[in-house]
Amino acid sequence: MLMALVVVTALGFDFTNGFHDTGNAMATSIATGALPPRIAVALSGVLNLVGAFLSFTVAATIASGLVQTHLVTPTVVFAGLVGGILWNLATWFLGIPSSSSHALIGGVIGSTIAAAGGHAVQWHGVTSKVIIPAVLSPVIAGGIAALGTYLVYKITQSVPQEQRKAGFRIGQIGSASMVSLAHGTNDAQKTMGVITLALIANGSLHAGSKAPVWVIVCCALAISLGTYIGGWRVIRALGKGLVEIEAPQGMAAESSSAAVILVSSSFGYSLSTTHVATGSILGSGVGKKGAEVRWGVAGQMATAWLLTLPCAGVVGALAYYAAHGIGGTAGVSAIFVVLVAASLGFYLRSRKSAVNPNNVNAEWSGSIAPGAAGLAAQPA
Amino acid sequence: MSTSWINLDALWKIIVVGLLLGAGLPALFAVGLRALSPAASATVATESGAGAAPASASLLGRVIAVLCFAIVLAAIGWGVYKIVHPN
Repeated sequence: MLMALVVVTALGFDFTNGFHDTGNAMATSIATGALPPRIAVALSGVLNLVGAFLSFTVAATIASGLVQTHLVTPTVVFAGLVGGILWNLATWFLGIPSSSSHALIGGVIGSTIAAAGGHAVQWHGVTSKVIIPAVLSPVIAGGIAALGTYLVYKITQSVPQEQRKAGFRIGQIGSASMVSLAHGTNDAQKTMGVITLALIANGSLHAGSKAPVWVIVCCALAISLGTYIGGWRVIRALGKGLVEIEAPQGMAAESSSAAVILVSSSFGYSLSTTHVATGSILGSGVGKKGAEVRWGVAGQMATAWLLTLPCAGVVGALAYYAAHGIGGTAGVSAIFVVLVAASLGFYLRSRKSAVNPNNVNAEWSGSIAPGAAGLAAQPA
Repeated sequence: MSTSWINLDALWKIIVVGLLLGAGLPALFAVGLRALSPAASATVATESGAGAAPASASLLGRVIAVLCFAIVLAAIGWGVYKIVHPN
């Protein structure tokens, strides 16, 4: 029963990871009209599903190098997931693209500290594998996207506008697809790793086991369903809020994201797709002369990124204290109920300023909320 | 060379390969688009005194474009391969 709750919660996190990150691949294509919104999220969902099955090298390594895994119990994993899910929901509600990976890692670190104390965390690993890459990767991605954007505009400046737009829209589909594929591979594995970790901690699997097939299938489905639902609020923030994007910028941004994510992972760095994608989009704004970049919005996102690890950690720790305090399966069940209630709360509250496929491209007027006309647009 | 905090060796490799693929491929795609565009190649042609604008891209333009797009597709194929067989 306890393990069932942990697994369901993990799949719930995977689902939130899916809709939070749809925008990383598809926001630019939706914003420029390269793909109609519903088709974009469907394509991304399918590619995430495919990507999740392509490679299984992560196993239970999500937490290794970050916390001492022999000190992790299923309740610790559960509490960590609660921290990650609640942070994901909060940032989704506010329309801030934030790293689901960091939310998960933060949550697990928080619950591990609550369970076993600060010495159970391998701070050097956290700094060198999570924090430093998180700072460097958006800058690198931004630089590459800026250069790519500059080059594509320069090279095609004598190409007629319509032809250029049409050509780069096709290019956008290709580059956005690569990001979706890479995301499916990277991020589904994180949840697979967490579930495997919980199974090992519970004694259901030997230490060092690979993820069982049912775990792989469930995680693949959860992340692709989440992707298909589409975090429209985040898509809107990335596609309209940061930079007014044109097709060439969109292609350069997604190409940069795909390249950085794939090359880094071949060197063993599992980056946050959100950090990379946001950095790339900003870079594509910088690379085009006269492009409007809303640095204020970027600053808000950066602040949220700084807060992710600690906030998810605090929630993870609180969830652990509560669940462990009540004790056993009853404790986990109680917190599970709280989690579901909170999730419902976020969802219902979000309906007042609902962003959907019909208003996701509405003019940016300073916040996620699409404005009166936009709110009146109901999905078909 | 690396410190215990940053693997500088991996870092510069990531930057270089990232630039080649992340900026180079879009640039190559752009070259292909330009080669396909009759108006763009017409500008070049009339500037070099070759005559009136053609109705569609020249043969050379199309060959260049196919080459560029083929390289881009090959790179995408390599990317998928890296996903399936990471080292």
